[in-house]
Amino acid sequence: MANDPIHQFQIAKLIPIEIGGMDFSFTNSSAFMVATVAVSGAFLYLTTSSRGLVPSRLQSLSEMSYEFVANMLRDAAGSHGMKFFPMVFSLFMFVLVANLLGLFPYFFTVTSHIIVTFALALLVIGTVIVYGFMKHGFGFLKLFVPQGVPGILVPLVVLIEVISFLSRPISLSVRLFANMLAGHITLKVFAGFVTSLSAFGAVGVFGAILPLIMTVAITALEFLVAFLQAYVFAVLTCMYLNDALHPSH
Amino acid sequence: MFVTPGYAQETAPAEGEAHTQGGTHPAGEAHPIGEAHPEGQAHPAGGAHTETGADHGSDLFPPFDSSTFPSQLLWLAITFGLFYLFLKKVVLPRIGGILEVRSDRIAQDLDQAARMKGEADAAVAAYEQELAEAKANANTIGQQARDKARADAEAERKRVEADLDRRLGEAEASIAAIKGKAMNEVGTIAEDTATAIVRELVGGTVDKAAVAAAVKSAQG
Repeated sequence: MANDPIHQFQIAKLIPIEIGGMDFSFTNSSAFMVATVAVSGAFLYLTTSSRGLVPSRLQSLSEMSYEFVANMLRDAAGSHGMKFFPMVFSLFMFVLVANLLGLFPYFFTVTSHIIVTFALALLVIGTVIVYGFMKHGFGFLKLFVPQGVPGILVPLVVLIEVISFLSRPISLSVRLFANMLAGHITLKVFAGFVTSLSAFGAVGVFGAILPLIMTVAITALEFLVAFLQAYVFAVLTCMYLNDALHPSH
Repeated sequence: MFVTPGYAQETAPAEGEAHTQGGTHPAGEAHPIGEAHPEGQAHPAGGAHTETGADHGSDLFPPFDSSTFPSQLLWLAITFGLFYLFLKKVVLPRIGGILEVRSDRIAQDLDQAARMKGEADAAVAAYEQELAEAKANANTIGQQARDKARADAEAERKRVEADLDRRLGEAEASIAAIKGKAMNEVGTIAEDTATAIVRELVGGTVDKAAVAAAVKSAQG
């Protein structure tokens, strides 16, 4: 199915596993989750194994990603937020590496499935809610009541705040999912133009130059999007965690 | 499925592609449920719709196929959980340690650099002090030499002046002596001359004592 842009999102069972009537098969998606974790884990582990005082290039890449996420979290949530650093860093690296791996031809993009991004978003919001109530008890609910609002507007503002809070996991997951999905479909459609146009002989080959240029350009754009979406996911995670740490506005 | 229309729009051109390719599109592959698909939207091949109807179950748009959710959730939990633990227990402490060691080392090096700079400053200060002392010494020596030279010159000048004064005195004394002697002789000559003049004019003898007294009074 060379030209079907949806084919790349198909899930294929590699090792069928069924437990209690539920399908828990090891699929191509699972394989790429394992690959994502293995690649990023191995990279971080191996590049830092020499513990060089003067870092090699790859070691400084690992250190840069560490400091990048650490600064992001410290800026958004203060030094108290650093207890969530392993989670934010894991999320950032997982999403980033999954996005980047998905850009290889014939590779499956883990983050192009909404259930995966939604699960990650729920993990973030769940952490915010659990930690918020643990730390502040019912004081966490002050999150929904901004200070300095005239009494008559309070119910309206609270309603808006609750809706905005509830929509967070949805917006967080749909943003990443939709970006990955749309980017890969666009890429596939333009690449499909190249092959189908070049089937028309010399004129077709000439006409295929434009979609080929577009494919290359979109590939570059997709690399940017892959990084940007991981960054956005991590930044929003930091900001939501800040709400859990400091619920009063 | 609330996004089906949007999806249909996105896939429409590609579907057309597949069909122009020459019918390699297998029935229903990756075709959405189809119900929401408007009839004839970018569908060159009329048979596509009926074809897709044949095989519904595995035909969902893959990200919305809920039959794959349990497997994805399970494997996501396993892989992400392990990843989280691995990073938390091994990788992050290690990178954090590397960065800490480095910042300690940099702080230490900065301290050392500051200490060495202090030492260098002290050395410069000592050098400058010595230089100032040496200059002061040189000035003193120079001043002494100048004073001594000036004193010597002064003494010499005084000696020469004294000598000159003495000689001047001697010369004046000798001039005075000569002058006195000459004056005495002037008196004698005047007496002689007066005597001769008186003798010529008056005749007879001339009282020598009177002439001498007259000359003396004329001399003043």
